[in-house]
Amino acid sequence: MLYREAGQFKATYAEDSQIFPIRQDKIGFWVLMLVFGVAVPLLTNEYWLKAILIPVLIFSLAAIGLNILTGYAGQLSLGSAAFMAVGAFAAYNFILRIEGMPFLVALVLAGLTAAAVGILFGLPSLRIKGFYLAVATLAAQFFIVWALVKFPWFSNNSSSGVVTAQDVTILGYTFATPEAKYVLTFLIVSFMALLAKNMVRSSTGRAWMAVRDMDVAAQVIGFRLMRTKLLAFAVSSFYCGVAGALYAYTYIGTVEPEGFNLDLSFKILFMIIIGGVGSIMGSFLGAAFIVLLPIFLDNVVPVIFGDSLGAGFVSNFQLIVFGGLIIFFLIVEPHGLARLWQIAKEKLRLWPFPH
Amino acid sequence: MKLKKTVLLGAVIAGLLGSSMASANEEQFIGLPSYRVGPYAAGGSGLFGGWIDYMQLVNERDGGVNGVKLTWEECETEYNNARGVECYERMKKKGSTGNSVFQPVSTGITYSVLEKVAQDKIPMVTIGYGRTDAADGRVFPWVFPMITTYWSQASAIVNFMGQKEGGMDKLKGKKIGLLYHDSAYGKESHAIMDKLAAKHGFEVIKIAVAHPGNEQQSQWLQIRQAKPDYVVLWGWGVMNPTAIKAAAKTGFPREKLIGVWWSGAEEDTIPAGTAAKGFIAAGFNVAGANYPVVADIKKHVYGKNKGNMEDKTRVGSVYYNRGVVHGIITVEAIRKAQEKYGKGKALTGEQMRWGFENLNLDDARLKALGATGFMPALKITCADHEGPGKVKFQQWDGSQWKVITDWVDSDRPLVRGMIEESAAAYAKEKGIKPRDCSKES
Repeated sequence: MLYREAGQFKATYAEDSQIFPIRQDKIGFWVLMLVFGVAVPLLTNEYWLKAILIPVLIFSLAAIGLNILTGYAGQLSLGSAAFMAVGAFAAYNFILRIEGMPFLVALVLAGLTAAAVGILFGLPSLRIKGFYLAVATLAAQFFIVWALVKFPWFSNNSSSGVVTAQDVTILGYTFATPEAKYVLTFLIVSFMALLAKNMVRSSTGRAWMAVRDMDVAAQVIGFRLMRTKLLAFAVSSFYCGVAGALYAYTYIGTVEPEGFNLDLSFKILFMIIIGGVGSIMGSFLGAAFIVLLPIFLDNVVPVIFGDSLGAGFVSNFQLIVFGGLIIFFLIVEPHGLARLWQIAKEKLRLWPFPH
Repeated sequence: MKLKKTVLLGAVIAGLLGSSMASANEEQFIGLPSYRVGPYAAGGSGLFGGWIDYMQLVNERDGGVNGVKLTWEECETEYNNARGVECYERMKKKGSTGNSVFQPVSTGITYSVLEKVAQDKIPMVTIGYGRTDAADGRVFPWVFPMITTYWSQASAIVNFMGQKEGGMDKLKGKKIGLLYHDSAYGKESHAIMDKLAAKHGFEVIKIAVAHPGNEQQSQWLQIRQAKPDYVVLWGWGVMNPTAIKAAAKTGFPREKLIGVWWSGAEEDTIPAGTAAKGFIAAGFNVAGANYPVVADIKKHVYGKNKGNMEDKTRVGSVYYNRGVVHGIITVEAIRKAQEKYGKGKALTGEQMRWGFENLNLDDARLKALGATGFMPALKITCADHEGPGKVKFQQWDGSQWKVITDWVDSDRPLVRGMIEESAAAYAKEKGIKPRDCSKES
């Protein structure tokens, strides 16, 4: 009843190509931005900001990165965590070695470094596809982590290969409190998500989708495969790199190469599968699902079962429930949570008079 | 109907009030970031089981520390840094005084919360892992890498080899293989081994094993060609039994294969079967259930069916006893801090930090605790957050660990010099002004 677009006319091209063509969506979007940008940092406590919301935002950004590559351009990758590592260590080294390096510039440079590495490891995609490409990106995952441990220069000769992120200072203001770090992360992630949304709606995104759907056909109608695929790798790695730098600077504070292992790559892949392959919003939903569900179960399961079963059983039971829920969601909606949301919206449009 | 509801509601409220009245006794909360699933679950379940059992013992036998009951809560980290940070944040405000000590039992999580603990004023105790140079308490007031660090351990292992050879000068010209886990943890051994090699005139052959390390054929081929006199096994997880088996296959004597403390548990030797017989490993705690403290746990905790271990045969194993050591140190720090801040009172993290910094477990105290020979005597000061830096060596006889040495010292001046140098570099990078220890009380 409320969610009706009747009476909303689009008279210009600009109006027709908005991100949110329906007024209610637009209102909803701004309400959401206000809630998460203003109300949340004012009202929630340190635990929520530091342990839950900041990681969800950062992993959302990484998931957007992988979604651009896998969801839009159709190139399966298992190296997202490694590109995050490149971003984190690049940002560290830029700030360490260049006097007076502004944080935001370092963030962009970290992204560009990750993009360059991404292009390098994207080269095999010109020859191989699908599962074989996944194996090639697996090489990136292992090689990058190995290189970061092997060459002490990357970690400024730290005996254990661990680096500690410097303070985040922009225009003389140091982002030290959890609220400040959250707002910074929120702004960067929102800006980059908006950028990604527009990118996938533009000719660049259509080129990626054409290559994803059938690369031979795309080539026949005039898309340059090499450029399109490598651009996808570059943009994807850029996003992962920035996410990695944020992971180090606004979330954990200290990073070691092993923190960016294959498990994390898989986790990011699960995020886009659960959230929705080929959907920017799905990246957010998937990241929230994968980050929040284990924490939720960790809080709920012991309450239900109490101490009667032993801590080992409770921990294992959480994993079983987690796995079961993932399978459940994939059966109910193979296209992810984003698709569920879309279906709900279509139903809402007709509600309460579906006929 | 309405009356019934009102009565029920009243009863619920009364019940809530009653239960909160009952807990008016002081309680000390300890958050446990445990890992009972995932690849390191075998170590985690033993260690946290022993730790919980010891705290249960203090509650059951002594009624807590000076009447303050110990309470705890587990939070599953899966040995994952992000989950560890979540656990840290979740637990830090729990209990009446907040989480009073954080002991992550994971080097990765240690690094992830290293700066947070100083801001939140919660001491972090890392026994046998974590950041080595944090032993310099002037730069790291909130971090306590207690008993011994990786660098002290490497040095103690070399000293043990010297003992076996009949003098440190006999190590000259020897070859020592270093089979290490190719990670930050494994690489921690490089700098100290290089220094020791230069000092004693032996040669180090560093051989990396990629994680997880279940394939070591080429590494052992390299060892066979180089013919080292000893091999130090700096491993973790499945890498350990694989190395022991490969040593047997290559014909390398197991008596010359010396493991670090993360390579020397029952979980490492039993899977290797008969190949493990003769294998030697270092440890800052020993295995065995015949110590009075473990016997007390069996009597007071398992006797009342309140034990944490599902598999009771693991009581007295290396990891279990390591957990008991964690428990002893935590409880003794509480006791020490209560002496200053009031007996029978729950302590804040800041007060606990003082307790850790002034901890003094001498031989008399260890004897009273029933832990003589179980762990080394320990004295922490403002400048030295490490303590004795000693290890014992145990040998696997095919079915259990047998202690074969007394506490073996490390090269303290050398290790301490490296620690101070590294800590000073950290202080410079982060702009920390080291504390003046003469002004601490």
